[in-house]
Amino acid sequence: MPPDLTIDQKIAGDLIANDVSFVTTVPCKQLAGVIAEIDRRPEIRHVPANKEDEGMGLCAGAWMGGQRAAIIMQNTALGVTLNTLATLIQFYRMPLPMLISYRGELREPVACQVEMALHTKALLAQLHIPTYHFHTQADAAELDTILKYSFMCNKPVAVLTDASFWGGYGDQ
Amino acid sequence: MIRSEILREIAPILRDHLVICNIGIPSQELHAIDDQPSNFYMLGTMGLASSIGLGLALAQPKPVIVIDGDGSVLTNLGTLPTIANNPADNYILMIIDNGSYGSTGDQPTYTSGKTSLAGMARAAGCDRVVECSGEETGPVLQEALDSGQMTVIVVRCDSGNAKMPVITLDPVVIRDRFMKAVRA
Repeated sequence: MPPDLTIDQKIAGDLIANDVSFVTTVPCKQLAGVIAEIDRRPEIRHVPANKEDEGMGLCAGAWMGGQRAAIIMQNTALGVTLNTLATLIQFYRMPLPMLISYRGELREPVACQVEMALHTKALLAQLHIPTYHFHTQADAAELDTILKYSFMCNKPVAVLTDASFWGGYGDQ
Repeated sequence: MIRSEILREIAPILRDHLVICNIGIPSQELHAIDDQPSNFYMLGTMGLASSIGLGLALAQPKPVIVIDGDGSVLTNLGTLPTIANNPADNYILMIIDNGSYGSTGDQPTYTSGKTSLAGMARAAGCDRVVECSGEETGPVLQEALDSGQMTVIVVRCDSGNAKMPVITLDPVVIRDRFMKAVRA
């Protein structure tokens, strides 16, 4: 990553370099910077969703309409998307990069967040969704390749970004 | 008038447009009445027809008609503010509101009680919301297409289903021929 790029700029830049022009989000504190960066990029239409399964529906429609789409969400909502992943994204064989904040990992200050963190990788593995865990910012070097992989095979991919990747929670 | 009778009447209008059709018996009925490559049949994922349709409408310029149901919209109510705040003038959400969960045995939904989906759509910020009877659906849908404005249509009709076969088309075939129709 060029040293003059923030991680948020690097992520937005990789999305644009891979022709992702439609992004839906449900926010997370850790994702605030990348969501703000996407809003600064005219190449990307940002459609905030009220719920993550709704967002996946938006992405499915946008992709069928000819635009590459991606979702930015928090891992605590993975449970509400399982049916959508299985019966829409996977059943109809659609690509869907999921940039996911991995709450409940090391440095997490909120105990309840740990509960879904314990299930996150197991659920993704159960769905046979290729999953990549970004723990340090150097790991983001692979994002470009991961995006290419999703659009090559028309499958959802999960990128879990933990607190260490985002630099902690300030005082943690 | 029940949903299948409405679909039969509006099939000549639907035929020329991209249609996202709700899960279950609505898709089975449309498939049996007038199967078209430009129909995207939802085989699962209750509630997301309006969202898929909105993504499609935002991504390309052709008109998109979503055939949704009251039960399905109630399960994805967050869709209404998203639709209102991301206007696409090539988007028509047609909710066939028969006050029941038709695909699961006609159990009543709350729209058969005190709840108004048209009122909820207006409260969500949708500017053009039209209520009509089943008999009025064809002209109202055509008028919405002609208006070139994003429209939510709530069609109040009777509960009931036509007996149609399950769709056995492979989902990837449905999706692939639909995407070809989008590009055509």
